[in-house]
Amino acid sequence: MSNEPRDVIRGSTDAQTKTQEARMEGVDNRFNSKLREAFGSSPFILTKFDKFMNWVRGSSMFMLQFGIACCSIEMMHTYAVKHDLDRFGSGVPRASPRQADVMIVPGTIVTKFAPRMKRVYDQMPEPKFVVNMGSCAISGGPFQEGYNVIKGAEEVIPVDIHVPGCPPRPEALIYGVVKMQERIANGESSPVTVKPYELEQFSDLKQDELVDKLASQIDEDDLVMRYNWADSP
Amino acid sequence: MSSYEEQLDTAEGVDYDAIADLLGDRVVRRETHLNAEGFVVRPDQVAESLTLLREEAGFDHLSMVTAQDYEDRYETIYHLTKYADRTHEVSVVVPTDPENPVSESAASVYKTANWHEREAYDLVGVEYDGHPDLRRILLPETWQGHPLSSDYDQDKPQIVQFDEHKNPLEDDHRGADSDTMFLNIGPHHPATHGVLHLKTVLDGEQVADVDPDIGYLHRCEEQMCQQGTYRHQIMPYPDRWDYASAGLLNEWAYARVAEDLNDIEVPEYAQIIRTMSAEFCRIAAHLLAVGTFALDIYGDFTAIFMYAMRDREKVQNILEDLTGQRMMFNYFRLGGVVWDLPEPREEWFENIRDFLDDLPGTLEEYHDLITTNEIFQTRVIGTGVLDPEDAKQFGTTGPVARASGIDYDIRRDDPYGYYDELDWNVVTEEGGDNYARFLVRMQEVEESAKIISQCVDLLEDWPEDERNIQSNVPRTLKPDPDTEVYRAVEGAKGELGIYIRSDGTDKPGRFKIRSPCFCNLSALNAMSKGEYVPDLVATLGSLDVILGEVDR
Repeated sequence: MSNEPRDVIRGSTDAQTKTQEARMEGVDNRFNSKLREAFGSSPFILTKFDKFMNWVRGSSMFMLQFGIACCSIEMMHTYAVKHDLDRFGSGVPRASPRQADVMIVPGTIVTKFAPRMKRVYDQMPEPKFVVNMGSCAISGGPFQEGYNVIKGAEEVIPVDIHVPGCPPRPEALIYGVVKMQERIANGESSPVTVKPYELEQFSDLKQDELVDKLASQIDEDDLVMRYNWADSP
Repeated sequence: MSSYEEQLDTAEGVDYDAIADLLGDRVVRRETHLNAEGFVVRPDQVAESLTLLREEAGFDHLSMVTAQDYEDRYETIYHLTKYADRTHEVSVVVPTDPENPVSESAASVYKTANWHEREAYDLVGVEYDGHPDLRRILLPETWQGHPLSSDYDQDKPQIVQFDEHKNPLEDDHRGADSDTMFLNIGPHHPATHGVLHLKTVLDGEQVADVDPDIGYLHRCEEQMCQQGTYRHQIMPYPDRWDYASAGLLNEWAYARVAEDLNDIEVPEYAQIIRTMSAEFCRIAAHLLAVGTFALDIYGDFTAIFMYAMRDREKVQNILEDLTGQRMMFNYFRLGGVVWDLPEPREEWFENIRDFLDDLPGTLEEYHDLITTNEIFQTRVIGTGVLDPEDAKQFGTTGPVARASGIDYDIRRDDPYGYYDELDWNVVTEEGGDNYARFLVRMQEVEESAKIISQCVDLLEDWPEDERNIQSNVPRTLKPDPDTEVYRAVEGAKGELGIYIRSDGTDKPGRFKIRSPCFCNLSALNAMSKGEYVPDLVATLGSLDVILGEVDR
């Protein structure tokens, strides 16, 4: 066999048309789309790798199975029949943070839980995204004045999308998640607006009355989170 | 029943003079609370007095422990009642010195007092002498101050420790020659139903000890309620205690106690609406319990979980038509409900009837898929057994107690709403295991459907000009100062009670919530010791705790 292309192929559009037809015929009409037509005539597209990766990223999100409070009940409804978040390519709840891309924060964050949430967030691989679900995660919501309540998850971790409501309806959560996927696909990112509380070593804290008092209880290598309520928004 | 007990039970209820005789000179003074007499005893005679009341007078249910501080003293109230007769109530009041608030612990008499007193110590700052394990329960160990005491400054900074979770693969043998392993379950874990942390010690694959660490969702519900006015500002919060769509049942707890406190009558028509809508909430809550239980037991994300969610959607649609909300209804008002049934009424009733007609078939489907499922049965029959004596000691109520054969349901035993006019049964099972608790919930769904159906019949025939949804309630409610009342209703998880002390203003002076999940969860250790880890997960699932209600 020669490496030269055959005459029938060179100089004729016949082959192209045939390929296209072969791909278009005999299949269910439902599968015929503009994209398929384009692919049929030339099975290559040109794009930037970044752009392609963003599109892939946005189209297949693994959510962290992360139930905190009331909103998690509505979140379960969002995953379940009727609302079925999976339709948008983002409905596979993963139990381990190491397998997840997106964390939905569905509930009130309190002092005891914030360090844990920070750690769970840290355990997620990059790139990672956070959707705040409901008023509590946004600002503390109806419990904002509580002595034990963090005034929003954004005081602890960076957040991409806020979905308001108490709790938001499943439709609202879907809108929020899809909006985020859209942003990811477009390569947009959200700025962090609040300086978050960090996990710090106890010995790194600024010395004051409280630190002195707790020195006997806490080992100096232990990680701690310090809440300065007076600075809360 | 001892002879003393017979003597104490009169036709009108409890003979308080006989109780005063029984307690003798331990009683310093008597108080009158709206629900029961209160006997003030000395702080060093608590255990003795409670033992007498339990052994001789039959008060075998320590419903709640309330702690509060006054200007001149701290006070602990033990709210006692009987599993055999809920209307018999007595309070034991223990005042302590404000400088050194120490009183004797009741944990040796009622096991449930253990957690209750830890909470009182944590939030109010009363210390209990002889308590087996007095440390903070809801707030982090390093917290400074007691937030519900009057001298607490909320703006002071706090430092919270992040105890790095111990590595279970490292040598971590507690004790020199024991061969146990420490395992953390939670607070972020798919089987803990929210943010519960179980500190588990394993011997091989068996559970040697489990210590539930709670407080990861302690969002100051009591403080929020103490800051709100009676008339409107408190009602939205109960929705958020047991949030598994049991909102209206919780609202009823507040409505009942506030109506008793302010002497408000509720029109009959509103009572029927309340009864019906509350039972819808019970169905939704039990369906969630069943769905997640199947998910815990054999990872059934596809069939049972989805079916349960599908049926919950139907219930939520009906409730949304009624209240305008899917979960946080805020539908009850003191003295009635906020608005009448949705128009066109016929169409709405039709929807309910459709749901009720489908329900037997749906439940049949559940039974086919789970109840008779061999895998399921192997996992749940005979595991997580709670014997009736322990059930009473730990103050368990609701489906958990009824599955241990304790015939206790506040809807029947201390009737409210329209329940005593309707025909329905209290479901009990004898087994006390995970299977029994599951069966009780499934049957309670049927009973709730029965109640709803009768309510719909009544509502359909209700004359149009008598549809009175609210009684006249003053815009500002100011109950007399120092009126104290404790009232409970049957929530989805059990006895959901509220204690209110008024201080003469339009806000409660003390608002204490008795959470059924809190007490049910305290029995977990007794139920799962010696069992395998998967059985521990099954037991936790069948207890059906909602962390929002455990931590409040």
